[in-house]
Amino acid sequence: MALPDLTTEFCGVSAPNPFWLASAPPTNSAYQVRRAFEAGWGGAVWKTLNHEPIVNVSSRYGAVDYDGRKILGLNNIELITDRTLEVNLREIAEVKRDFPNHALFVSLMVETKRETWHDIVKQTQDTGADGIELNFGCPHGMSERGMGAAVGQVPEYTRMITEWVKEVATIPVIVKLTPNVTHVATVGRAAAEGGADAISLINTINSIIGIDLDTLAPKPSVRGKGSHGGYCGPAVKPIALNMVSECARDKDINIPISGIGGIQSWQDAVEFMLVGAGSVQVCTAVMHYGFRIVEHLISGMQGWMLERGYKSTSDFVGLSVPNIRHWGDLDLNYKVVAEIDQEKCVHCGLCYIACEDGCHQSIEREQQPVDEYLASNGHRAELLRSGGITVVPGAGEDYVNILTINQDTCVGCNMCSLVCPVDRCISMKEVDTGKAPMSWSEYQEGLAAGTIDKIQPPEHV
Amino acid sequence: MPRAGDNLSAEQLKQNFADLPAPLELDEALTDAARCLYCFDAPCTRACPTHIDIPKFIRQIMHRNSIGAAQTILEENILGGSCARACPTEVLCEGACVDNTLLKAPVQIGRLQRYACDAATAKGVRFFEAPPPTGKRVAIVGSGPAGLSCAHELRRAGHEVVVFEARDIPGGLNTLGISAYKISTEFSLSEVELVQQIGVDIRLNHHVDADGLRQLVADYDAVFMGIGLGRTAPLGIENEDAPGVWEALDFIFQTHTKPFEDCEIGKHVLVIGAGNTAADIATQATRLGAEKVTIAYRRGEEAMPAFAYEYEYMKSDGVLFDWHAQPNRVVVSDGVATGVEFIRTKLADPSSRTSKLSTISGSEFVICADMIVKALGQVPLSGLLDSLPNLKVDSGKVSIDPATGATSIPKLFAGGDCISKGGEIVDAVQQGKIAARGINGSL
Repeated sequence: MALPDLTTEFCGVSAPNPFWLASAPPTNSAYQVRRAFEAGWGGAVWKTLNHEPIVNVSSRYGAVDYDGRKILGLNNIELITDRTLEVNLREIAEVKRDFPNHALFVSLMVETKRETWHDIVKQTQDTGADGIELNFGCPHGMSERGMGAAVGQVPEYTRMITEWVKEVATIPVIVKLTPNVTHVATVGRAAAEGGADAISLINTINSIIGIDLDTLAPKPSVRGKGSHGGYCGPAVKPIALNMVSECARDKDINIPISGIGGIQSWQDAVEFMLVGAGSVQVCTAVMHYGFRIVEHLISGMQGWMLERGYKSTSDFVGLSVPNIRHWGDLDLNYKVVAEIDQEKCVHCGLCYIACEDGCHQSIEREQQPVDEYLASNGHRAELLRSGGITVVPGAGEDYVNILTINQDTCVGCNMCSLVCPVDRCISMKEVDTGKAPMSWSEYQEGLAAGTIDKIQPPEHV
Repeated sequence: MPRAGDNLSAEQLKQNFADLPAPLELDEALTDAARCLYCFDAPCTRACPTHIDIPKFIRQIMHRNSIGAAQTILEENILGGSCARACPTEVLCEGACVDNTLLKAPVQIGRLQRYACDAATAKGVRFFEAPPPTGKRVAIVGSGPAGLSCAHELRRAGHEVVVFEARDIPGGLNTLGISAYKISTEFSLSEVELVQQIGVDIRLNHHVDADGLRQLVADYDAVFMGIGLGRTAPLGIENEDAPGVWEALDFIFQTHTKPFEDCEIGKHVLVIGAGNTAADIATQATRLGAEKVTIAYRRGEEAMPAFAYEYEYMKSDGVLFDWHAQPNRVVVSDGVATGVEFIRTKLADPSSRTSKLSTISGSEFVICADMIVKALGQVPLSGLLDSLPNLKVDSGKVSIDPATGATSIPKLFAGGDCISKGGEIVDAVQQGKIAARGINGSL
């Protein structure tokens, strides 16, 4: 069976796959964008242009590491392009000429003047670029000058500038949204009202990545001082996923969405598309590992599509949208409980202490003598014999902690299965409550009508 | 007897005795620390005789708090640095590590423990201070791991503590009896200093005999006996005291009491026994430049008492093994030992260390060697023990109350090899701790 074709059309522009590079340092020059297209990226949004190149500071990036893994999150205080408009436009034209089948969008950000916008839009579309992305999201440096997030945080400005751009644009216009707002869909609607052909989100999140404990300066540090910057990377994915889904579910935003925010694996990309993104944009993972990661995105998505029988990305875009609901619509009578596979358990006790201290005290711990343990459970590790001593991993002081779920009190919160280090050792099993589905909204109605009894608090807490 | 320096330069010998395994660098430590699952009621902590809170100190390393990690370790085990180097971790903490099951390789707890302790030593951090004096005085006999641990714990409780050491160097077998590539003399002495820093008075060259011990019991509020064991057990064969035949500890002592180049070393070293001491001798003999090192053991490989990792060290050092070889007599020529005559053995159950042995008549053979080392374990100090009629001793082991370390003589407590007939450093440390708590409770 042939692998599925990933060719994806996004607001009228076709690309070999839905994986685009976001407007960011990796799309700063023709050298980089060419390398990216050669590596397999389907599209790219050229790093934001302005009439005048900006001046950057040194240093610029900071990262959050987590217990041995690098760059869970990344932040930057870099600005838009520091190269001249002339050089950028020439390179864009050359790249587009050489890669006619790839999606090449150009990010733009200029001061809030109609003529200035008109001028840069016209110059940009003269390059032959496939589309334009309006940077209404940059949270630092440009926003103080009335650009970037300063526009994107005010729906009226967003709509107004989008309208100005659309007055002269002959190619599709995407509006890139900032997450630094209370309700992102409100701004998304403004973009749609202004005539945007698509929206993309999220831009980076306002952040201070950390404080250097030696110098007491924020990171990244510029001669001992720092500034808030834009946060991105794997840590922001859940925030982005929610914001994309909010826009996808908003009935007043009926334009395509390009999903951005912490995508580093093919699963991340698929998830964004399932909640409504027609294409996805990536930056941090490329900054961390290079353009080569696109191979994993492509082959992973193809494998998943093959397994599920999807022939094109449009077969699954948005399929999860109907499943994302208000909390009040969820079934109060549905119940799952945890179950520990004793064959797989390594006896680390993490589930126990998580349940005991943070959740619902529903895991029993029995100190089983080692002899009894070996006789009854066996042991999946090969026991080490050394110097006449038999060593049992997981044992100490002649006992092994045997952990079992008290399913009568388990509330099915998932936490034990989340902390368990062993793949599929703790699973959540559905139990039949014998009750018909009932949402909180229905519960409130039933209570008001006196047709149902009040649900009692759990007895064991 | 030739000296190591005859064939090897001081520099080469220093390299040969470089720490094994090597200390971890920061990146290695952080990466390995990140593998720790931070188990609850952690098997590693339970498997450690001193119950060091291992997940806690590893998490402290991971969060770049090596000093705090060292405190966590030393709180439970003042000889944590030595134990990190010499503990048979594969049958203790690392053997219990659940990553053995999950990842087929444990977290390198021993090496991480060393990393933390070394970091604190490098900064010269002092974690412990003695509280105001209680007015109580405790005498400790022997400055080995049990004595040091007991002394430290008692001093932390505010008691005056005097340690009497027969030798001219403190630390007992911790200083003198562990392979120098595991614990260097300098390192052991630096740990003794930790104990001295808190105000423990260590008096060297102070031999305590039975009368002396009785006097200490009379003069002090309590006495802890951490006297260890005596000489290496005899083979009970002809010519075993001939020149060229060494006792295991004498062989190891020399690497700690003189420069490596002055250590005596045979061309062909024959080690009798296959326990962990025999392994230490064999691996040190190769490092000192012996051309050939042979381990002879009366049982087979399956019953070898040495730990698996010690066996690996020996094999990688090119040590030869002659199994099922029971020594008959030391062969002497011109008054000097030139080898050992053995006879082949047969065992009812080859894997058992207690299975009955029989010899195969006519199977005698000789292994030639110019240095023969007896590594059969040590015998109790029966001269001293027998002179204390009220002291209950069971099969050469001083009997104690396991909860308090109290012996059958009032005010006299004991721990270390004299109660176990030979254990690990970490066992001695724990026994010293238990006795200190027992003493504290009795005062």
